[in-house]
Amino acid sequence: MRYYVIRRLLYMVPTLFAISLVAFLVIQLPPGDYLTAYIAELSAQGHGVDNAQIRALEERYGLNDPFLVQYWNWVSGIVLDGDFGQSFQYNREVSDLMWDRIGLTLALALVTLLLSWAIAFPVGVYSAVRQYSLGDYAVTFVGFVGLATPNFMLALIFAWVSYRYFGESVGGFVSREYADAAWNMGKVLDVMSNLWIPVLIIGTAGTAALIRVLRANLLDELRKPYVTTARAKGLPEWRVILKYPVRMSLSPFISTIGWILPTLVGGEVMVSIVLSLETTGPLLVESLRNQDMYLAGSFILILGVLTVVGTLLSDLLLAWWDPRIRHHHVERA
Amino acid sequence: MTAETRERQDVVLDVQGLRTYFTTDDTVVRAVDGVDLAVRRGSTLCVVGESGCGKSAMARSVLQLVERPGRVVDGRVLLHPAGGGGEPVDLAALHPTGKEIRSVRGREVAMVFQEPMASLSLVHTVGDQIGEPLRLHHGLSRKEARTRAVELLERVRVPGAERVVDSYPFQLSGGMCQRVMIAMALACGPRVLIADEPTTALDVTTQAQILDLFAGLRRDTGMGLLFITHDMGVVAEIADEVAVMYLGTVVEQGPVDEIFHDPRHPYTRALLEAVPRIGASRARRLPTIRGTIPDPGNQPTGCVFRTRCPEAVEGLCDTTVPPVTAPGPGRRVRCLLDEGSAPGGAPDGGDAVPTGKETVDAD
Amino acid sequence: MATLPDRSPSPETPRHPAGGPASPEEEPWAGGPLPGDVPQRVLIWRRFRRSKLAVTGALVLCALLLVSVFSEFIAPSTPEAYNAERTYAPPQRLHFVDTDDGFDLGMYVYDYQVERDPETLANTYTVDESEKIPVGLFVRGEPYEMWNLVPSDVHLIGAADPGQDVYLLGADRNGRDMASRIVYGTRVSMSIGLAGVALSFVLGLVLGGLSGYLGGRVDNGIQRVIEFLMSIPTIPLWMGLSAAVPRDWGSVQTYVAITVLLSLIGWTDLARVVRGRFLSLRQEDFVTAARLDGCGTGRIIGRHMLPSFTSHIIASLTLAVPFMILAETSLSFLGLGLQPPVVSWGVLLQEAQNIHSIAGAPWLLLPGAAVTVAVLVLNFVGDGVRDAADPYR
Repeated sequence: MRYYVIRRLLYMVPTLFAISLVAFLVIQLPPGDYLTAYIAELSAQGHGVDNAQIRALEERYGLNDPFLVQYWNWVSGIVLDGDFGQSFQYNREVSDLMWDRIGLTLALALVTLLLSWAIAFPVGVYSAVRQYSLGDYAVTFVGFVGLATPNFMLALIFAWVSYRYFGESVGGFVSREYADAAWNMGKVLDVMSNLWIPVLIIGTAGTAALIRVLRANLLDELRKPYVTTARAKGLPEWRVILKYPVRMSLSPFISTIGWILPTLVGGEVMVSIVLSLETTGPLLVESLRNQDMYLAGSFILILGVLTVVGTLLSDLLLAWWDPRIRHHHVERA
Repeated sequence: MTAETRERQDVVLDVQGLRTYFTTDDTVVRAVDGVDLAVRRGSTLCVVGESGCGKSAMARSVLQLVERPGRVVDGRVLLHPAGGGGEPVDLAALHPTGKEIRSVRGREVAMVFQEPMASLSLVHTVGDQIGEPLRLHHGLSRKEARTRAVELLERVRVPGAERVVDSYPFQLSGGMCQRVMIAMALACGPRVLIADEPTTALDVTTQAQILDLFAGLRRDTGMGLLFITHDMGVVAEIADEVAVMYLGTVVEQGPVDEIFHDPRHPYTRALLEAVPRIGASRARRLPTIRGTIPDPGNQPTGCVFRTRCPEAVEGLCDTTVPPVTAPGPGRRVRCLLDEGSAPGGAPDGGDAVPTGKETVDAD
Repeated sequence: MATLPDRSPSPETPRHPAGGPASPEEEPWAGGPLPGDVPQRVLIWRRFRRSKLAVTGALVLCALLLVSVFSEFIAPSTPEAYNAERTYAPPQRLHFVDTDDGFDLGMYVYDYQVERDPETLANTYTVDESEKIPVGLFVRGEPYEMWNLVPSDVHLIGAADPGQDVYLLGADRNGRDMASRIVYGTRVSMSIGLAGVALSFVLGLVLGGLSGYLGGRVDNGIQRVIEFLMSIPTIPLWMGLSAAVPRDWGSVQTYVAITVLLSLIGWTDLARVVRGRFLSLRQEDFVTAARLDGCGTGRIIGRHMLPSFTSHIIASLTLAVPFMILAETSLSFLGLGLQPPVVSWGVLLQEAQNIHSIAGAPWLLLPGAAVTVAVLVLNFVGDGVRDAADPYR
């Protein structure tokens, strides 16, 4: 097991490197450099920009250095000092702007993940064990529609319904009275009470996908000979199903954390924009539109790293759950 | 007391007119179509037949383990209580997931399946799986069950049982897994053990060891063994009695020596001729049975074997369902052409025994 | 039929004469039935037809494709034609039977009564039951060029009098006909899905095939790349990359750029499917037989391996199109994908971004319904093909 963990941790290194490279690429890609955009903006606001200032800025970001040197400066700044660079648009440290929002995104993704599981597990098992029953058809249909509707559509529909029938304009986690307050119990409770709607909206597609995965796996497993063996021992039917096929079909279920996290983060980004939640989504889009590239790149970097860490956790969980992985057993095809 | 009645008293499992059908949208497959068998205490009954003849479905029907869309539609499976006294229980009449049948499964009647690797759960330890029936039926604690599991593993001659008990099936070889399966089946000391092609997936050496093991266990425990196989070699090695199945029915039945030396049904003869023999002339091709098994959803009229039978007589075999005749003690044949089967001609006075539904729908 | 496991060769195994009967040592009298007289293709088609959902999906999908091909003709108007008098006009109900005086067959809609709020300049519409606008089939209306080639002005459906407007699905903030815009959007959204999948198909097939066939170090490398691409949250990545598409590019350039971006990230799933198939097929006897017969790698892959999983590839392709469509919609919705004046479902949904426009004009959400329908039917068809190709999975 220890060997497995170490190997798995080592696997992460190149992935993390590649993510940072991609994030930096995103920073570098836009045509013209961000400084030009910044200067244009400053001039537009009526500030004159003199050459000395430009040179100072160029110096600070090492814009004339080769790509790899710039990359190194950026990454080492992050790793050593937690310095993600400067947001041009807000004229503040990126790290000041980012962490609060990342925290909320993370909380949202986690709560959504847990809720998706809590719903998908019983529904998926039911749907497989009672295959072709009325309930199974209903679940399958709802699942299909849930998968097919873009998250932001659901958010829009929700926004429209709540506006139309409840006269409320939705938006925001933090109610007005807590907007500027520091984090305390009241604010946490307030956020919780506003959280469930976005959680439901973001979770729909993921839950539908999880149900489908679990149902398909379980249907495969239910036909396997070891299930008959368990029945032949005289176990009650529910114990047969829960102890053997469900346990087996949960392995792929657990490994779905790896891909459901990126989906959740992506869905969160879209939904937050529609519902104007104070998470990464709106700020990320805004920064991309304004070519505020250090801010955008840092968001992509952190979201990517978080997903990789999530995948690592799911792999470790899987190894703990499934002895075949722990013992490096490769299924003979 | 004659030998005959003593034998009758020894019967632990009595299958009468068993029918198991698989019903799909447009067809009804009669996998088991009126089977009569009796398993005796301390004796081995081999059911032999080619793939798809319904022998596996028959074995599973005993404990009502046939999976959907299969269903036991008719017949009785009588389990006689220990010691010969009391009323037998009809397993076929019990609810397939009910409490009564569950108390029989794994305790009175246990099963060993074909592919040991696939039939064991790969994510539970060997000890957990062997101990499970003990904890379930005898209420043993986890620790007691583990101790018993080690003993059972030693009994089925697994080397290093103390170590194996905590390992997972994927860490063991196929032969070892089959021993684990057997240990699991033996756990509660069943009176009948049903082995469904337990050696098919194994290599020849392992196969011989497992057969030895079965023979030894049957001798030591006195349980009845219902052994399903397609291999005549295996039959010769292990059987006391043989039942030959074709297309859901038993076409011939009797003591192993008589079946091998005096096969009465053309199908049995064909099977025996198709077994390769050491020392036989190389120039001679191994005879095969012509044709293939008919579509199980569309059985032939009359005798089920007539489409492939070299001796079939037109106008007789395709119109009349052959009755069961008894050409000798403990022997039964289902063939119209069997010369020793003139009614009343059987030595023990047994007549043609009608077995229920004699007509076959021409569909 | 789990109880009769050894009955017939598995349906996945291509029927090779050599693979038919089992070897005599194992089963002396075996010789399973070989339903070899029906080709695999016919079997798949039969199984596909049995699923009502898949067949319905296929029909709707055909309709969508027809709409994308003949958008100009099917749309009642053109996507650009606007009418300042008709901003945010609600959908008009199409009537088929006129019962005013007697019983007349014929399609018509009622005209609006427009009132303009003098302060906000917003129009309020009420249905004017006294004014009927007759609606006809194959009517003359806005002129267009079919596929940029054939000039015409015949529309499948529209106001019988070219001087009048019909808004079956309402109008947007410029008084442009939503129905026409959705029809044109179908062309762009569907084609970007198909083109994106075609590109990822090439990438996935080549890389997945190499990975599965060669194995070893190549396999390892490609697997790492796939794992990496799958571990990044795609939407932020897509957003980042598409933000890099220059704003001053023309609509065709943007279209191509977005398609390439989508497929650059979307090929991984397909590559995994192809690789998995290759890995399992590599062990099959008929592949070994082909190799021993002296076939070259190209021939083994092209003639022996690919045909045996074409249906799986078709299924995976069908299931990949919806992802492309959803991705395009999401990006364009955020303003990072296609840009107006290109009309796609996502671009149309941009109009619905703020609550005030949807509150007044919920029909702006209709392109989203189109997305849902398209994704649903593609999923139905894809699932149908997969189940038909491999009923045991």
